[in-house]
Amino acid sequence: MGVPAPAKALRRFPTGRLAFVALIIVVMGDGAGRVALAGPVEDAVKGLASPSGETILANIKQLSTLGDPRGIAALQALTDDRLRVGADGNAWIYDKKTRDLVDPFTGAAAPPSAKPAREVETDNDIRRAAEPVLAELQLGSPEASVRLGAAQELSRSGSEGVGALLHRALDREKDKGVQDALAMAVARVDVGSNDANLRLAAVKLIQKSGNDEMLGELQRLLGVGADGKPNEPDDRVRDGAQDALKAVMNRRRLITGIGSIIHGLSLASVLLFAALGLAITFGLLGVINMAHGEMLMLGAYATYAVQTFFQSHLPNFFGLYLFAAIPVAFFVTFGVGVLLERVVIRHLYNRPLETLLATWGISLLLIQSVRLIFGAQNVAVANPDWLAGGVELAHGLVLPYNRIGVVAFVIAVSVAVWALLYKTRIGLNVRAMTQNRNMAACVGIHTRRLDSWMFGLGSGIAGLGGVALSQLGNVGPELGQSYIIDSFMVVVLGGVGRLAGAIVSALGLGIVNKLLEPVAGAVLGKILVLGFIILFIQRRPQGLFAIKGRTEA
Amino acid sequence: MRTKLVAVLLGGALAASCQSNEPKPAAPAAPAAPATAPAPAAAPVDDKGPIKVGILHSLSGTMAISETSLKDVALMTIEEINEAGGVLGRKLEPVVVDPASNWPLFAEKARDLIQNQKVAVTFGCWTSVSRKSVLPVFEELNGLLFYPVQYEGEESSWNVFYTGAAPNQQAIPAVEYLMSKKGGAAKKWVLLGTDYVYPRTTNKILRYFLHSKGVADDDIMEKYTPFGHSDYQTIVADVKKFAAGKRTAVVSTINGDSNVPFYKELGNQGIKATDIPVVAFSVGEEELRGVDTKPLVGQLAAWNYFQSIDNPTNKAFIDKWMAYVKKNNLPGGDKRVTNDPMEATYIGIHMWAQAVAQAHTTNVDAVRQAVGYQHFKAPCGFDITMDAENHHLHKPVFIGEVKADGQFRVVWKTEGPIKAEAWSPHIPDDKGKIANWLYPWACGNCTEPKYK
Repeated sequence: MGVPAPAKALRRFPTGRLAFVALIIVVMGDGAGRVALAGPVEDAVKGLASPSGETILANIKQLSTLGDPRGIAALQALTDDRLRVGADGNAWIYDKKTRDLVDPFTGAAAPPSAKPAREVETDNDIRRAAEPVLAELQLGSPEASVRLGAAQELSRSGSEGVGALLHRALDREKDKGVQDALAMAVARVDVGSNDANLRLAAVKLIQKSGNDEMLGELQRLLGVGADGKPNEPDDRVRDGAQDALKAVMNRRRLITGIGSIIHGLSLASVLLFAALGLAITFGLLGVINMAHGEMLMLGAYATYAVQTFFQSHLPNFFGLYLFAAIPVAFFVTFGVGVLLERVVIRHLYNRPLETLLATWGISLLLIQSVRLIFGAQNVAVANPDWLAGGVELAHGLVLPYNRIGVVAFVIAVSVAVWALLYKTRIGLNVRAMTQNRNMAACVGIHTRRLDSWMFGLGSGIAGLGGVALSQLGNVGPELGQSYIIDSFMVVVLGGVGRLAGAIVSALGLGIVNKLLEPVAGAVLGKILVLGFIILFIQRRPQGLFAIKGRTEA
Repeated sequence: MRTKLVAVLLGGALAASCQSNEPKPAAPAAPAAPATAPAPAAAPVDDKGPIKVGILHSLSGTMAISETSLKDVALMTIEEINEAGGVLGRKLEPVVVDPASNWPLFAEKARDLIQNQKVAVTFGCWTSVSRKSVLPVFEELNGLLFYPVQYEGEESSWNVFYTGAAPNQQAIPAVEYLMSKKGGAAKKWVLLGTDYVYPRTTNKILRYFLHSKGVADDDIMEKYTPFGHSDYQTIVADVKKFAAGKRTAVVSTINGDSNVPFYKELGNQGIKATDIPVVAFSVGEEELRGVDTKPLVGQLAAWNYFQSIDNPTNKAFIDKWMAYVKKNNLPGGDKRVTNDPMEATYIGIHMWAQAVAQAHTTNVDAVRQAVGYQHFKAPCGFDITMDAENHHLHKPVFIGEVKADGQFRVVWKTEGPIKAEAWSPHIPDDKGKIANWLYPWACGNCTEPKYK
């Protein structure tokens, strides 16, 4: 850093591009290997592939001073752990697609003399140094999205001398989103400037954006130094900082509030998935199914199996494995459910205690079988790329894609179940059977067959829940155990036999839990919710929504 | 009388098999074992039969995830010792029991091992609560326990040898690293843990330590979640909010499989190790097997051993383990890894065997005196010694960053092994407390020597 700005600009763009073109020509001409050319950028990139952390840091700094966009590929590779030192001592980039080494300048495949290559040892220290430099270089990118990422990075970190560069980038910028991000980055630098007017403008901008990452800067401005004088000599700036602090805190409260609701919705979707199947097997059929949690677990393991199959046989379609996992998980658990009903539960209707014991035994059996087949260890179920990461709704509020996916999925499944129960003939039969089994049998409904189908359906939906849960948490033999209490809680609170009850109670429990958590902590929050449910059931044993026929009996 | 005869014959057969150094003859003797099962009660302790060794690890329940590998590596080590001729010319016979992640059951099983099975030593326990549960049993019956997991300290028992790290061999160096420039110069701290004795005590020590470094209480956030907690949305959002403005680091004592949803949430909410580094004390290679490690690259763990440590002893250890996994067809196959508590188990069993050889008996009182002076060339690359004073190992400290393949890259390490502090000098209540089992102190928690 510290290079005078105009010189930097000159070197950065025109000569950089020219040299780049020249290099391509030279390399094309040579073909075989890396040209033994020396230039400061080439040297610096070669220096990145060093065994010594100090040397790497020095060369990152050098690349920043040079300001040459040709360094981007190598820096990117360095931060992603893809930079390699070839046997020839040069820096090469590992290409994940071709699984081969390529040249950091031309992208041409590496000659055999470069192999075998070693990984360049990076750590957080190096990544912390490399990321802002990478962002500085990327500010000149033709892609708006790259510039946006770079500007966002620089609004968090970056060296003192980056101010002039940012100002120029801001003047040049046409894209609105990038402009905003750049303005923020400029404000971060300007807050520390010697010019009171710049500081004031920066503080005003912070106030407008409400960005809480500038909280530290604002607190510094408002603080008092060791000599008893305020850190900020200018009254206007101090007042501005005070207002900005207020704006930041207000915005933060708002974000926290919205965040709690959204997190609550997401928790509700998980609870609903755990409970939806049970709402059918326990709610409609009246089977106290302690093995319900294991259906979730089987669904998750089915997802794992499909994922493993895709990894080994269809690596190119890996991103789509979830879509294959959905029917597989459904039919596996549907099959297990029907089998269970035919072999065990059918013989225990109207004997709730025995059903409870038998299904509990089955749950232990299933857990141990899975442990024998897959091992006691949890298995890794990866989010496909399109479910990894999240969308930033507002600064400080990220909605992970996997949670959005689960919410969407649970809505789809709930609608499907509702349609099945209320819009089809089977559903009509089921509802009839729930109200009065004997009468339903009298009018010609095949109740036995319906029982086993519905039990299978409940299990199948639990299997779908397993697919969803595998995207959020652990997949292990005990997965079901941690959800069985939650699922009974939801069904009982909602009112046995009512789909809508399960949905409303899952929503309520999710949101109440998340509103309590920041205040009371995760442990106490859960206890409070349980206590509340006990009290509620005491007062209203039939739950939120009750079926008339049942409660009158 | 007859049973005694069988026992002697069996012992003779085993001893002969050791001398001839053939692995096979031991197998025909095995079917005879049930017949002699009632014998040990009648047989004198120091006979020629196999030496019974207890293994007390949960093979079911929540902790099975971590403890199963310790049982496996213990069996491997015993097999290794037996193949080399056993101890005192006798084979080691493992007695594996499953306390099922049930803390009171740990105490029952420990009593059974010592009283009925007459084991010479027990290797076991993972969570501190299980150790606290068996401690009175070992002290009452004068048993010998080797405890292989990093823990919160504040303990030194006459009947226990601690082969895992005390806080000053793991937690304190990790925090110091994060304070350093290379570690990111953190100014604010989030102490995140599962709600039980180990995280609470460790965080208490860390809070005092941070105070001593001039960190104010406002800059420390402490949060606990229950065992098996899986919804970290709110906590991760809180951490993000707390981190605004100053460089922040997270110290995680989250235990068990809650780590998976925690790290997933970190990745999905876009927290990178370069912004907010998370250092974990209970996450190793084994725990990362269940996680997609790509978003975690750069997150830290502090241990006394990593599988990625490059030295011949470690290579031999890993090869031996992988061969054992393959031979016994253990679940997980070639994806199995080694980790710190496995190394600690391995060291513990070898040190005990060395001590038995030196003491020339399996008598607990004699062996205990000998264990205190053992040293062992450990896979971590150092010659590790057992401290006769406080019953803890001297261990080196490594800090590693997670790589995309689920292994760790060592970014910082101590020059050599450091001595454990059983009682933390950072807790005011511990002032003057001494753990020293040598004359004239002979105590694990006292301020004055027992003998004056």
